Amino acid sequence: MHELAIAESVVASVLERTADRHVAVVRLRVGRLAGVVPDALTFCFELATAGTALAGASLEIVEEHARAHCRSCAADFVLDDPILLCGCGSADVQLLSGRELSVTSVEVA
Amino acid sequence: MCSSCGCGHDGARVTTLGEPEGHPHDDHTHEGHTHEHVPADPGTRTHTLELEVAVLAKNDELAAANRDRLAGLEIVAVNLMSSPGSGKTTLLERTITDSTRPVTVIEGDQETLFDAERIRRAGARAVQVNTGAGCHLDATMVARALDSLDPEPGSLLFVENVGNLVCPALFDLGESRKVVVISVTEGDDKALKYPHMFAAADLVVVNKTDLLPYVDFDVDRFSADAATLNPAVRIVPVSAKTGAALDVWQQWLDAL
Repeated sequence: MHELAIAESVVASVLERTADRHVAVVRLRVGRLAGVVPDALTFCFELATAGTALAGASLEIVEEHARAHCRSCAADFVLDDPILLCGCGSADVQLLSGRELSVTSVEVA
Repeated sequence: MCSSCGCGHDGARVTTLGEPEGHPHDDHTHEGHTHEHVPADPGTRTHTLELEVAVLAKNDELAAANRDRLAGLEIVAVNLMSSPGSGKTTLLERTITDSTRPVTVIEGDQETLFDAERIRRAGARAVQVNTGAGCHLDATMVARALDSLDPEPGSLLFVENVGNLVCPALFDLGESRKVVVISVTEGDDKALKYPHMFAAADLVVVNKTDLLPYVDFDVDRFSADAATLNPAVRIVPVSAKTGAALDVWQQWLDAL
């Protein structure tokens, strides 16, 4: 259940930048290979915000596909699981993105 | 952090074996802080503040500081991860005996000092980090543990993470290498079931090979699955109990 630690990190990094201003919405970008379950993160976010200036804020998560490059056929392709296999059958694949876990923006009063 | 007992605001406790437990906390409190909640005014207009900050940036910065600190002391740090009961501590007991370098250990568990006591009996210095409800070690806990442990220059430092094949994969501790231990009794399908952990590993130790005649663990199938997640990963089957193939593990450590 590392989503609680992640939620606490989200809260800390937002509070660092918004101080005591009321925050209505927190937006996150989560890569499909980030190892984070959005539903679990949403559940933990409510716990982590309690008693802070973020209490009551809603969490909006945008999930992003992972992208990879095949060194055998030179194709760039999308993948949603961590199995590094190109459609051409090659496993000589370089992961380009998919592990992002970022706070993109917040709505402040 | 409280320098006497090692407790901090993350709820984890750092214990150095051999030091008395319990002391008065006159000069500081251990309660978490709270903020007054200012309710939202439904009539208030909000505006967007662009942030673009990595959620784990703070952990990653602390991990980078740990890495610099260890590199300055020429200490090789290995983050040892697995499910509970894979034999990490037994592997460490053997490694302490076989190692050509001095070994120190940071032990992570939710509760008890059992593992740090085993490491100390095996002849190495250890500190125990008890994470309480926490399911993984993070870079802050390791920094605090390093303050207590004070490993000697040129030594080999093991961080035995909390037994868990999920959460520890996400948190950089400042280690030189990540090693995952899996035992043959866990089943050969675990690489694909817990892909993040095996994707992050530099080396996978397949432990308890002395039990292979009694279980349906296909080392080749496991190795092929792990390679689909992590083509560069090295697989080393051993038995920490009998000592079989531990020389291969030791050679890998010596080359770090």
